[in-house]
Amino acid sequence: MQRWIYLVPLIVVLVLGGLFWSQLGKDPHRIDSVLINQAVPPFDLPPIEGRQRGFSSADLLGQVSLVNVFGSWCIACRAEHGFLVRIKANREVPIFGIDWREKDRTAGPAWLARHGDPYTLVGDDPDSKAAIAFGVTGAPESFIVDRQGIIRYKHIGPLTPEVWTETIKPLIEKLKQS
Amino acid sequence: MRLKKKEYPPRPEAPAQRASKGDAIRRERWLRSAWKPAGTAAALLAATLLATPAGAVDPSEMLDDPALEKRAQEIGRELRCLVCQNESIEDSNAELAGDLRVLVRDRLKDGDSDREVVDYVVSRYGDYVLLTPPFKAETLLLWAGPGALLLIGLTGLALFYRRGAGEADGPPPLNDRERARLARLLEDPDS
Repeated sequence: MQRWIYLVPLIVVLVLGGLFWSQLGKDPHRIDSVLINQAVPPFDLPPIEGRQRGFSSADLLGQVSLVNVFGSWCIACRAEHGFLVRIKANREVPIFGIDWREKDRTAGPAWLARHGDPYTLVGDDPDSKAAIAFGVTGAPESFIVDRQGIIRYKHIGPLTPEVWTETIKPLIEKLKQS
Repeated sequence: MRLKKKEYPPRPEAPAQRASKGDAIRRERWLRSAWKPAGTAAALLAATLLATPAGAVDPSEMLDDPALEKRAQEIGRELRCLVCQNESIEDSNAELAGDLRVLVRDRLKDGDSDREVVDYVVSRYGDYVLLTPPFKAETLLLWAGPGALLLIGLTGLALFYRRGAGEADGPPPLNDRERARLARLLEDPDS
């Protein structure tokens, strides 16, 4: 009888164990987007209360832009907000906002009035039309969209200076040149 | 400050349940009555027998056309809620799940086939949103894995028993020299 046959169960256990081990500590809410390198889904959001213009997919054509999904109910968005205002002040990239699932129509505008408005345009998305089109699962989420309206990057969770300088800013520079 | 990684829209608060005074008195009387254990048992039995799985679907979301609504529910049961992850959108009361249910119904009303509705949601969220993973190259291990493991196990078992059967035949028979020696030993153990 070949001795190696006794090693088979051990190998199977080790392979499975390694597979499970490698997946430990992974955040199950970080789902890789299937929309990377796909065109922005067509959407047309109405303006938030007190604004003239809404936000539609056509607004993203012609420049590299950042699309940010936020809501006044979202504490992590509040934490990220100051950083977005700074990006706006530095004129690094135009930021477009999707105001997601506000309970009432004044909540979003009031929040922006209080904490500053870094957005070039904001669309009101009370029933997740655009959020679903973007495959959003929670807020905040941010997308980098190139000049042709192709989604190039998705960031889940609050934007931080580290992610910005290490990943997003270089990508924006690259996209601006192409 | 510790940041929460990501957040989900808040759930609507349930309206506070307020019982009237009359209700309280009636309940009190009932509780004191001698029928309490029997009543409780009967209520539990009835609840168990009559219970149907309660979906999270808001009646206002439901479609008027029962056939279309049935299709919507069947689709919804196959789609994963992205917030609660192990619930279908039909069972989840997360707000995003509610919006997805409405989206499924809107698309069905617009004349989409079941396949088209599911394909749309998959095109936004990926295969992950399907509670039953599709059979393709990336999921081969997932689908064929258990069968392959079973096969390995059965093969191992078969090999083990075949070897065992071989041993049951006992050692090879004695040759002439050994037989002669055995006879000698049996006659005179000291030799």
